[in-house]
Amino acid sequence: MRTGIVMLVHTAFDRAEQLARHWAASGCPLVIHVDCRVPDTEYTAFVTALSDLPEVRFSKRFCCEWGTWGLVAATQSAAQVMLDSYEDVRHVYLASGSCLPLRPVQELLDYLDARPQTDFIESATTADVPWTIGGLDSERFTMRFPFSWRKRRKLFDKYVALQRRLGFKRKIPDGIDPHMGSQWWCLTRATLSAILQDPNRQVYDKYFSKVWIPDESYFQTLARKYSNKIESRSLTLSKFDYQGKPHVFYDDHLQLLRRSDCFVARKIWPRAQALYDAFLTDQAHAMSRTEPNPGKIDHIFATAVNRRTHGRPGLYMQSRFPIEDKINSLTCAPYSVLEGFGDLFEDFETWLSKATGARIHGHLFARQRAEFADGKTVISGALCDSAKLRDYNPTAFLASLIWNTRGERQCFQFGPRDRQKISWPMAKDPNAHISVITGAWAVPLFLSGRDFDDIRGVAARHQLAEIKHMEILQSSWSKARLRVWTLADFIKAPMEPLQAIINEISLKDSTVVTEVPKMADLTGFGDFLQKLKNQGMHPYMMGDFPMPGDPADTPQPKRKTYQVK
Amino acid sequence: MSRSGNLALAYRLRWKRRRLLFRALRKRRQLRPVQDRTAQIAPGDILLASTMRNEIIRLPHFLDHHRKLGIGHFLIVDNDSDDGTQGYLARQPDVSLWSTRHSYRLSRFGVDWLTWLQIRHAHDHWCLTLDADEIFVYPHHDTRPLQALVSWLEQNRCRSFGALMLDMYPKGRLSDQAYQPGDDPFAILGWFDGGNYMIQRQPKLDNLWIQGGVRARRFFADDPRRAPTLSKTPLVKWNRRYAYVSSTHSLLPVRLNHVYDDQGGEKMSGVLLHTKFLPMVIEKSNEEKKRGEHFANNALYDGYYDDLAGNPDLWCEASTRLINWRQLEAMGLMSKGNWV
Repeated sequence: MRTGIVMLVHTAFDRAEQLARHWAASGCPLVIHVDCRVPDTEYTAFVTALSDLPEVRFSKRFCCEWGTWGLVAATQSAAQVMLDSYEDVRHVYLASGSCLPLRPVQELLDYLDARPQTDFIESATTADVPWTIGGLDSERFTMRFPFSWRKRRKLFDKYVALQRRLGFKRKIPDGIDPHMGSQWWCLTRATLSAILQDPNRQVYDKYFSKVWIPDESYFQTLARKYSNKIESRSLTLSKFDYQGKPHVFYDDHLQLLRRSDCFVARKIWPRAQALYDAFLTDQAHAMSRTEPNPGKIDHIFATAVNRRTHGRPGLYMQSRFPIEDKINSLTCAPYSVLEGFGDLFEDFETWLSKATGARIHGHLFARQRAEFADGKTVISGALCDSAKLRDYNPTAFLASLIWNTRGERQCFQFGPRDRQKISWPMAKDPNAHISVITGAWAVPLFLSGRDFDDIRGVAARHQLAEIKHMEILQSSWSKARLRVWTLADFIKAPMEPLQAIINEISLKDSTVVTEVPKMADLTGFGDFLQKLKNQGMHPYMMGDFPMPGDPADTPQPKRKTYQVK
Repeated sequence: MSRSGNLALAYRLRWKRRRLLFRALRKRRQLRPVQDRTAQIAPGDILLASTMRNEIIRLPHFLDHHRKLGIGHFLIVDNDSDDGTQGYLARQPDVSLWSTRHSYRLSRFGVDWLTWLQIRHAHDHWCLTLDADEIFVYPHHDTRPLQALVSWLEQNRCRSFGALMLDMYPKGRLSDQAYQPGDDPFAILGWFDGGNYMIQRQPKLDNLWIQGGVRARRFFADDPRRAPTLSKTPLVKWNRRYAYVSSTHSLLPVRLNHVYDDQGGEKMSGVLLHTKFLPMVIEKSNEEKKRGEHFANNALYDGYYDDLAGNPDLWCEASTRLINWRQLEAMGLMSKGNWV
């Protein structure tokens, strides 16, 4: 008993000829269908080229536009020729001109000989699998599709929408339950002839001729009716992208294809010379007789589809630039923004970097320059500290910084003295973990000992900037993770927030703070605030600070070592 | 924009495109054929179009690299070279050469001339439009020729392909390097800025405007708006009704500029490795400054030329060393999209 090959060809006839000879050399009879759109001269040349092979037949030509009935009609008629001409054929393998046997044909024949009753056809109900192209699953069986999806997409979509609105539904003929799956199958003579000789075939043909992509459902459905033993998988390795287009294999896929252990793969680029050389001429590499295992290489294709449809979050480049409401996060990784800490504590950055081991930047959005960690003027990705470059596109600056330092947590200071344009992008970014001590900007003013009139003006500006900034952070569009303390609340119990920040930043889980940063000396700060108030500038972002003379205005605990266990 | 506003814009752009085509038609008289081998162009050949001046040093590698990628025929306009470029090109079996002594700037930096050649010879061909200092690379370029790329693009119904121009530079002062014609330029120009690019969408032509890189960092940090544009659409399935608008940064019709995905995914894209900073750049930029043919308002770029003439070292400790396309892909400077 033998296996016959039905081959559908529409292009690359030199490769098709090579394949036909390869199949024939292993004793497989072939029936070849050539698309009717191929010019007659090319067709005749192809037929002549194969005329020396005794067991090659050509079947009646149909027009095989993608997703139309022509493909099924072509398969039916070619299969019929196969069954009629070669009585000893037990399995019929449907292949195309761009398929390539990956293992010696004899291995496939032995495999089929060992399973004489089995039909290999991928066949699943639409309810159970999410194979949808163009948003259609079960509807491909219940609607009409008079317009080409590839050529007249708009009309196609509109007509589908119209049918949905009208609730139009075609009746599925009795006795069949629509299934679908890969177009490439291998059926037994028994199943195939039962399908072709079905007394209801006219009814089914008429029905399926109006189904969308019938070549993925006709045989898949009818095989369920007649087969005694279905292995629901295709022996042909064929991968599709998110638009239902087949992935193409090139020379550099040689190892990948070998690893799959599949018998046949499609679609092969016609000029992939190394693949044809390796698989059609070199039979020596015959692999161990393992089961085909396309799953081994699945993740490569899944990754590719994911990259095409979702991309790498936080990356902006010449072929990925999402509109604003299509991005979940501006950046690719979480980062920490600390506001007010540097004002309240002396040398806070050094302390934090020691406590966490992370790279702690200064004020990245300072007016003069971006204060990168360790005083660097240029950091990863050659991002430089020029304020003008940064302010030209602050969003790009932040996104680049986080992208360039993937795998290393970034942390920087921010405050009302800085350029504020980044507030919105940061607020909308769920990767931003922002901790704010409101009103802390007053501490350096208090300590500066500058002329009070100056201070009053500066304080008013800072407070206004901070109010605006906080409104943005607390708006309903904000997605940043936010922690806010007023200065008054914070200095009452600074250890807990500090510990939380350290936990957030450090890579190690349980860093316990043993050394406290040195807090600025706030003796007389209440006085200072009162003086501002007396001048008519009411500083309220710091919270309720004790009034001067109030017994609660005792000096804050300083330089005391806390142990948090 | 409102619907009527969109229609009005589309109408204006349609006329703009016609004006550009008409301009190219008028400028055809400025071209004198030196070596016309266009009869050799076979259907399906991938073409490369370029305007150049005094590029004898870059040419051997430029031609060699793009021949290896699978370019079938080169359409080249020589703009008054005096270093033997013309003779060298005329001797190449797969080059058709025209020459002109007219103004590069008034020909919209050579684009008018090329548009004419593309109308004549590139219709229905994939056409790569490059400068002589641009080396085109794309995902898998080491194993898959351009034919594989363009047939994949056609299968995915793309007619245009975007690329980032990546300025390559040496470690050390520019003129301290030694380069011989035919050498791999990236043996010297082995470094680039890996992640300081800034992107804006330009609503009118629907293209992306990318700036940044070493030139923004070193020469335009005080005036970033003037930093050179790095986004390009060099590879297009040409139609005689198409026209590049400004260099190869954008073209008409507008849909060809949409080489990016705006829904969050990544389309495939490539990189133009820019060999501008080979040692002869110092001498050349003096000449360019004098000729004033390279920028629309040239006086604004005097500072740039002066900085370049000062033989700077563009390298910094955060520069990245070029390894291969896979590195560029991983860094996000190009993308393989879903081309497995």
